[in-house]
Amino acid sequence: MKIHLKVWRQAGPAAAGQFVNYTADNVSPHMSFLEMLDVVNEGLIRKGEEPIAFDSDCREGICGTCGFMVSGIPHGPEPHTTVCQLHMRKFKDGDALTLEPWRSKGFPVLRDLIVDRSSFDRIIQAGGYTSVNTGGAQDANAILIGSNTAEAAMDSAACIGCGACVAACKNASAALFTSAKITHLSLLPQGQVERSTRVLNMVERMDMEGFGSCSNEGECEAVCPKGISLRNIATMNREYWKAVLTS
Amino acid sequence: MTLDSKVPSGPLAEKWDSHKFASKLVNPANRRKHTVIIVGTGLAGASAASSLGELGYNVLSFCIQDSPRRAHSIAAQGGINAAKNYQNDGDSIYRLFYDTIKGGDYRAREANVYRLAQVSVNIIDQCVAQGVPFAREYGGQLDNRSFGGAQVSRTFYARGQTGQQLLLGAYQSMQRQVAKGTVKQFPNREMLDLVLINGQARGIIVRNLVTGQLERYVADAVCLATGGYGTAYYLSTNAVGSNVTASWRAHKRGALFANPCFTQIHPTCIPVSGDDQSKLTLMSESLRNDGRVWVPKNKGDKRRAADIPESERDYYLERKYPSFGNLVPRDVASRNAKQVCDEGRGVGETGLAVYLDFKDAIQRLGHDVVAARYGNLFEMYEKITGEDPYTVPMRMYPAIHYAMGGLWVDYNLMSNVPGLHVLGEANFSDHGANRLGASALMQGLADGYFVIPYTLAHYIAGTKVEKVTTDHDAFKEAETNVQDRINRVLAVKGTKTPRELHRQLGRLLWDDVGMARNEAGLRKALATIPKLREEFWQNVAVPGDANNLNKNLEYAGRVADYLEFAELLALDALTRTESCGGHFREESQTPEGEAQRDDANFSYVSAWEFQGVGKAPILHKEPLVFEEVHPSQRSYK
Repeated sequence: MKIHLKVWRQAGPAAAGQFVNYTADNVSPHMSFLEMLDVVNEGLIRKGEEPIAFDSDCREGICGTCGFMVSGIPHGPEPHTTVCQLHMRKFKDGDALTLEPWRSKGFPVLRDLIVDRSSFDRIIQAGGYTSVNTGGAQDANAILIGSNTAEAAMDSAACIGCGACVAACKNASAALFTSAKITHLSLLPQGQVERSTRVLNMVERMDMEGFGSCSNEGECEAVCPKGISLRNIATMNREYWKAVLTS
Repeated sequence: MTLDSKVPSGPLAEKWDSHKFASKLVNPANRRKHTVIIVGTGLAGASAASSLGELGYNVLSFCIQDSPRRAHSIAAQGGINAAKNYQNDGDSIYRLFYDTIKGGDYRAREANVYRLAQVSVNIIDQCVAQGVPFAREYGGQLDNRSFGGAQVSRTFYARGQTGQQLLLGAYQSMQRQVAKGTVKQFPNREMLDLVLINGQARGIIVRNLVTGQLERYVADAVCLATGGYGTAYYLSTNAVGSNVTASWRAHKRGALFANPCFTQIHPTCIPVSGDDQSKLTLMSESLRNDGRVWVPKNKGDKRRAADIPESERDYYLERKYPSFGNLVPRDVASRNAKQVCDEGRGVGETGLAVYLDFKDAIQRLGHDVVAARYGNLFEMYEKITGEDPYTVPMRMYPAIHYAMGGLWVDYNLMSNVPGLHVLGEANFSDHGANRLGASALMQGLADGYFVIPYTLAHYIAGTKVEKVTTDHDAFKEAETNVQDRINRVLAVKGTKTPRELHRQLGRLLWDDVGMARNEAGLRKALATIPKLREEFWQNVAVPGDANNLNKNLEYAGRVADYLEFAELLALDALTRTESCGGHFREESQTPEGEAQRDDANFSYVSAWEFQGVGKAPILHKEPLVFEEVHPSQRSYK
């Protein structure tokens, strides 16, 4: 297959960017999208040109490192799939694709398709944990948690922190990411002690980082590679107002 | 040099407790005056950073990823072992210890392994307190599975994402300390040299991967938790960014590298499909709990799986190992897969695959139960191969997965370089020649949560360190060393990409230092690697410069290190003429084709001392003494 690519190139955080056209030849349907880009980059390096900078690590859809817009959709057209797990068999010969970094005030561009997502770490620092030090934990089976509760918590905890939700949102809201952690911990007995302060602090931090508000479009859920549900945001809002009214 | 393992005296079960009591302590008020560098934020690094931060030390944490949450521990699927005996099926600390020593083919230290089994129970308690959503029974208690090579159910899991949930637990604890100011995190930093002052590990040189600047950091002690070296083989289940650089550069500064030839080949990975493939994806071996492994009885049978009747299928693991069946340890499962494929009975387009079939499990348990247990794995398989494992058996082939070898450490997890501690997969200590499933997560967290807080305190309290800043000559020398190497890479301006050279090295290692090794192949590898290294320095292509984000430059530096490390890997495999665990020397096998150990001559740890690139390293031997268990021929029949 031959794939035509229009790729955002930006030399550094302060540099002006522009789209540059490339063609990927001899693309095999078994390749992943990133392997296709690897091959394009190999060609650029051989010509003495700087390769397209994109980030990836595990290449099995769990580390959350990779991610960029493929023709306007975070991680590309395949639902529940990170771009490293997107395979070229989903495209056809002659397709023209536009690749851009996540666009959000909370995610400044570092180079080409790579953005700075340290804002997500700071949201977790604001309260995305239980305050228990190492040692002294009671026996694990002393805390009984129903299977359904554990499964629901796991549904929320499955977030990989890739940032696709922010990239898809017209408000660049980080509500899905933030609410997934709030929901995970508020469902479990271990998360009860800090339930109110957690939601208040994490929401405050999310706003401080320059992420927009949620207006319930649901685009985040639609592009989330892990299928994190919009219901997490409803839970966060409920938790937030409960905390405001009771604190 | 004599290698002192510092294993405490006394009965095995009391060693750790008495050692903890005998260890020196650092006064709580003084801890903040001591700085500790931790490189790597996987399970070992993140758990160490959070625990030491909680104790009050001034912790500096570094990782190459853009966030500590992305370290490759996150990709571990199956689970974590602990000797809780919640299932009342005969498990105990002693049994977990025994299984791990035996599974490691009697090439690990008894005392380290016993301690690992002891603290395993605390890990589960700690993780549950953090809110890790482990799978539960309907009554609310924790659920367990039996996992690769174990006859008890001691594996705790969170769907097929156990590593992710454990890592996020450790990461969140660490972020809590970041907010408190006890831990400072430095993501996007790659450690490129270790700084020694008066023979003690006192700092590191890192490259800021965003700005390209070199930075210096000084501390009282350095902990490396930088993972394994499986990516030397190019295709592996490791992340594409996983690398040997931090360990290797510490080795070049004097840290001994132990048992590099002990590499684990994981039996259940999605087979290679093309030349441009960048990594291999593992399918958790928990799949072997319900999936049945088979190949056609006849060579060259190209029929579709569904068209091959039961009578013409060979469930070879169940046939050869009736008591363990599909659950034999990884090395045994991998070698058997290679064997049936070498016989010409492999399946799929390339003939390099075996079937893992869920038909019987779906019949027995129903579609929904199978989906609840393995749904996400099935989905991942379908994404990659385009085939639906609910209807067509999975195709599997072994791939490089884990490094049992690593930097040599004593019982305190300290290398032979004073102050340099090594945690998790980066050290060599607990898994011998073969790691059992669900034990990597256990070891990473044991080292970080429950071992290093005690042993590091003992080191700090008992060691005088000179007050220095990063202006010390040793920092200047190390930074110049790093800068020179970067300049040399950029100056080559050749025509071959780092990836091409890496792929060449990987193929060579897989063919000659892979699942089965022999003298001729190893000698061939040892003759070829220096030539490839030469080619790298003559012809590598790295456009751009060092003063900004340059992924290809980072990669080239790592490939240069693999090209030095690979020689040690092959040399270690050549000198160990016995077979043990994941190291299979064709010259040393039983009449049935199983690994034949040679305890009389090889019951030791090989610890190699660096002498210069291309120069023969010096071999030091730490004898392995077995006081509790009697090494026997492993049998899973």
